[in-house]
Amino acid sequence: MTPAIELIGIDKRFGSVHANKDVTLAIAPGSIHGIIGENGAGKSTLMSILFGFYQADSGEIRVKGKPVKIRSSSDAIALGIGMVHQHFMLVEPFTALENVVLGAEGGRLIGPALTKARAELVRLAKDYELEVDPDAIVGELPVGLQQRVEILKALFRGAETLILDEPTGVLTPDEADHLFRILRILKDQGKTVILITHKLREIMAITDRVSVMRRGELVATRETKATTVEELAELMVGRHVLLRVEKGPSNPGETVLEVKNLTWKDRKGIARVDNVSFSVRKGEILGIAGVSGNGQSELLDVIAGIARPTSGQVIFEGKDIGILGDPRHVRAEGLAHVPEDRQHRGLIGSFDAAESAILGWHHLESLGKGFRLDRDKVVARARAEMEEFDVRPPDPLLKSAKFSGGNQQKLIIAREIKSNPDLLIVGQPTRGVDIGAIEYIHKRIIQLRDEGKAVLLVSVELDEIRSLSDRILVMFAGRVMGERGPRATERELGLLMAGVGQDAA
Amino acid sequence: MNLYIELLASTIRMSVPLILACIAGLWSERAGIVDIGLEGKMLIAAFVAASASAVFGSAWIGLFCAILASLAFALVHGYASINQRGNQVVSGVAINMLAAGLAVVLGNEWFREGGRTPALPPEGRFLPFEFPMLYDIPVVGPFAKIFLTHSILAYFAFAIVPISAWALARTRFGLRLRAVGENPQAVDTAGISVAALRYRAVIIAGVLCGVAGAFISTSLSSSFVRDMTAGSGFMALAALIFANWRAFPALGACLLFGFLQAVGNFTQGASIGGFQIPVQFINMLPYVLTVVLLAGFIGKSVPPKASGIPYVKDR
Amino acid sequence: MMQSRGELPHWVDVGLIPVINLAVALIASGLVVLIIGENPFEAMWIMVQGSLGSLKGWGYMLYYATNFVFTGLAVAVAFHAGLFNIGGEGQAYMAGVGAATVGLGLDFLPWPILLPLAILAAMAMGAFWAWIPGVLQAKRGSHIVITTIMFNFIAASLVGYLINYWFRPVGKMAVESREITGAYILSAREVAREYFGVKLASSPLNFSVFLALIAAWAVWYLLWRTKLGYEIRALGANPSAAIYAGIRPDRIIIIAMAISGALAGLMAVNEILGVQHRLLLGYVGGAGFVGIAVALMGRSHPIGILLAAMLFGLLYQGGSELSFAKPEINRDMVVVIQGLVILFMGAFEYAFRPALSALFYPLGGEGNQ
Repeated sequence: MTPAIELIGIDKRFGSVHANKDVTLAIAPGSIHGIIGENGAGKSTLMSILFGFYQADSGEIRVKGKPVKIRSSSDAIALGIGMVHQHFMLVEPFTALENVVLGAEGGRLIGPALTKARAELVRLAKDYELEVDPDAIVGELPVGLQQRVEILKALFRGAETLILDEPTGVLTPDEADHLFRILRILKDQGKTVILITHKLREIMAITDRVSVMRRGELVATRETKATTVEELAELMVGRHVLLRVEKGPSNPGETVLEVKNLTWKDRKGIARVDNVSFSVRKGEILGIAGVSGNGQSELLDVIAGIARPTSGQVIFEGKDIGILGDPRHVRAEGLAHVPEDRQHRGLIGSFDAAESAILGWHHLESLGKGFRLDRDKVVARARAEMEEFDVRPPDPLLKSAKFSGGNQQKLIIAREIKSNPDLLIVGQPTRGVDIGAIEYIHKRIIQLRDEGKAVLLVSVELDEIRSLSDRILVMFAGRVMGERGPRATERELGLLMAGVGQDAA
Repeated sequence: MNLYIELLASTIRMSVPLILACIAGLWSERAGIVDIGLEGKMLIAAFVAASASAVFGSAWIGLFCAILASLAFALVHGYASINQRGNQVVSGVAINMLAAGLAVVLGNEWFREGGRTPALPPEGRFLPFEFPMLYDIPVVGPFAKIFLTHSILAYFAFAIVPISAWALARTRFGLRLRAVGENPQAVDTAGISVAALRYRAVIIAGVLCGVAGAFISTSLSSSFVRDMTAGSGFMALAALIFANWRAFPALGACLLFGFLQAVGNFTQGASIGGFQIPVQFINMLPYVLTVVLLAGFIGKSVPPKASGIPYVKDR
Repeated sequence: MMQSRGELPHWVDVGLIPVINLAVALIASGLVVLIIGENPFEAMWIMVQGSLGSLKGWGYMLYYATNFVFTGLAVAVAFHAGLFNIGGEGQAYMAGVGAATVGLGLDFLPWPILLPLAILAAMAMGAFWAWIPGVLQAKRGSHIVITTIMFNFIAASLVGYLINYWFRPVGKMAVESREITGAYILSAREVAREYFGVKLASSPLNFSVFLALIAAWAVWYLLWRTKLGYEIRALGANPSAAIYAGIRPDRIIIIAMAISGALAGLMAVNEILGVQHRLLLGYVGGAGFVGIAVALMGRSHPIGILLAAMLFGLLYQGGSELSFAKPEINRDMVVVIQGLVILFMGAFEYAFRPALSALFYPLGGEGNQ
């Protein structure tokens, strides 16, 4: 049978990032094909190329056996390809009906199109369990229904192949189940579905075949029936170069941080951090593993005082800092924070390194009495930190944006460690950082622990978690799935990260 | 009695440029392009209308040239906002200054009257229609005096409101335009050009401001004098916010603001219950009301989500 | 993030691009002069002569520049916090009310006390008139651009009312207050006559020019040498990093706006206390808007602003000389130039970047050094 879609030798670079490396993939018609991989593995880029949002640097796309050029999303739509984006492409103040019709009006007036679409929606609702009130304002619908509108948009345009990019990320378990039902019906009616996800459980539950991507490459394609969660987890994570760090046994002391029944809900009322409890003691590194987007970022924000807990407590050295809701006061209590997003939060690109090196600590009296900021002291402090942490070039007057990722990160780590905290919370300390810097950053984190300080480490790199942590927690969907020791196997952790095998947390 | 008729007729006259500029702003901002430059476009159009009309002796040629001039400024704004992804507020401020300066500099050079244009003869103006036989009929007469004493441009302004409302709500162009002001990425992924839609909106705004300017200098008045738009463009902007970016409420807001202007012109203030209200308070009322509304104390005004934000395709 | 191309050397960004943009704005202005049928170079020469060719010219140039330094600094401080304050015009206008109220109302005080009080009152009124939009932005999310525009118009009416009904002496025809005699800033001419016995050509230049220099230094100190300034710049440059650092956006927005308004208010000191010695209608005369051009041109840095303000001072003074020498060219030519400067230095800020990028990286290679 001719594949519905074939991608042959697709290659794409963004500057120095090689997002897709010679990817070749065939999708059978009338099937559900899963594409799985960690964040940043290149799944979304690949699908964006298929949908005409980006152009591949080289490679060929074939639809039903015919080579095609897809220069824009309208080309893709004309070829019967529909896409449900991770961030919905909906006009919020419009009704569901208007959203469906937008771009497929069929004439200068929208009246006839609306009438036609209304009838079509009734039919689609019957055929595919896609009920949506056509006159509801989309912005007021729950996410699950908004997603249905996206699917309806694609079907109304005659999509034969439907791409869904991380469709369950924003859904409740019930909504996700309903979505899977819809996808099965679509498949039964002969449509082809491509499902992009990083959740193993979904792949096992719904797909016919699955392709695994890792660091821009397509590493394997399997019949879902013939594979196991364990195999997929291993393929996804791969055999990383193991960075072994010299590390003695830990000497945990008294408890520094205690998080009790912490819950944080976003604006839409979804619990991103869901009843989380744990504690960190002096002289130990607690690692939090998990696929990104499972509540770790929000957890860090709440502990750092950037977000206020919806309920529960963050007790730091006997004091509830959750109620402060102010990073400045939290810092004053002796907590330092290396943020996950270096570029957008950790420093200010247009500031020179010296100024970025005091971000968050700029009110210290040692940098100037009262309202003053003593430039000489700021520069001197940065120069000393840059020298000690081997930031290159060691020029405090260079703009922060001009440093490489690794050196930017060293600058931030230096800033936070030199503030002499009782607890350091670190998010993704080595994301996008070169090997040399990784080793150095790891060494400094362990040194901090050996000085009797507490460290809370959040990373999506399992290797990093395993080599640094004295205890490991795994987060999934905002909850703590379980705790493991540093000798836990990759597979064991991978399963917890995939939401499989919850134990009594 | 007569005074009230005059006041209401004047209200309609004063609100015409506001309506045109406000609907111009409506089109532009619904497409996501913030337009601080309504004032400047109207001003240059008022100048060009009066000049061309004086030179060619035809109000229609004046109107045509005014539209071209306003359109040129609109396209500069469009290029800055759409292609260059520049700051739309900065571009609008620049356009207002450029218009204010150019009108006087060119006017001075062409007519040597310090920036004024010569007084226009009747054929160079859009004069009000007159229906004297209607004015004396009882009951109907007063209404005729209020509504049937205006020039063709005024009726155009009033016609443009329902047309715009209809086009925005019922046509494919209107649907896409509204979408592009809310979520341009949704429009882009539907395979529609964001830039083309926004340019069309900017062009409509240019044309309408051109008509507004021509009305000010060749219908309301009979020549151009410096700064003659006197903030109408900003008042139109205020009306647009007041109307929450909708066509018919915009008409209402413009009539209200026009009424306040008319009252301000008619009296040196109004008295309520024997208490004298200085004219300055009437003049500032539209702006005060708008600020109070913006602060969310009465109702809520929500601009199109993507307005003022240049569209960049990459995520 | 994906700016692999277009990374230009620092001196190009800070030096060359502004110069190119300014040159294009001036060339466009020259074209307007050509259209009028005059020689742009001759016009330029008359303008330079008119302001730099005589002491009187210098006096006027620096007097205009004083106003523009204040309004330019006002725009710049707000810019650094990521805010666009278009309300300098109204803030300066309201500030005049503050200066006149104290200057007239407390004129029993000796001048060494009265003058500083009047200056503070001007700053306070200007600050107040910017503080309200700041609060509305910070607490209610009302867009600062729109509210400051509205506040310009409200100020125009309000001050008109106050002069008419409160400041105008009974029976006086001209719509203006009585003379402020106590809070008096000496003009350069008076100083030269009184203390040096030198007779200078008449010009409105007065001691406020030093206040402008002090203000420029103070803004520099505030922004780059204080913790508050650090927080202002951090918020403007990267709001999410600022929040990470514990900087409260609402607080900074309000403070930055108040400072901005106070600076705009100083313009009233030059005009009301230094030159007119009375409160009169419409004395701001667009200086608030010139501030936008000055801040854009000066790249929001006090030194750049001093230079840009002098350039605009030159244009204003030269422009009036030009309109005497050549009646064909109206004074408002300056407003045209101002508009073009804002257009090319603000809205088309990056118009010439792609071309320069191509020039610096002819092979289309990646610009990361």
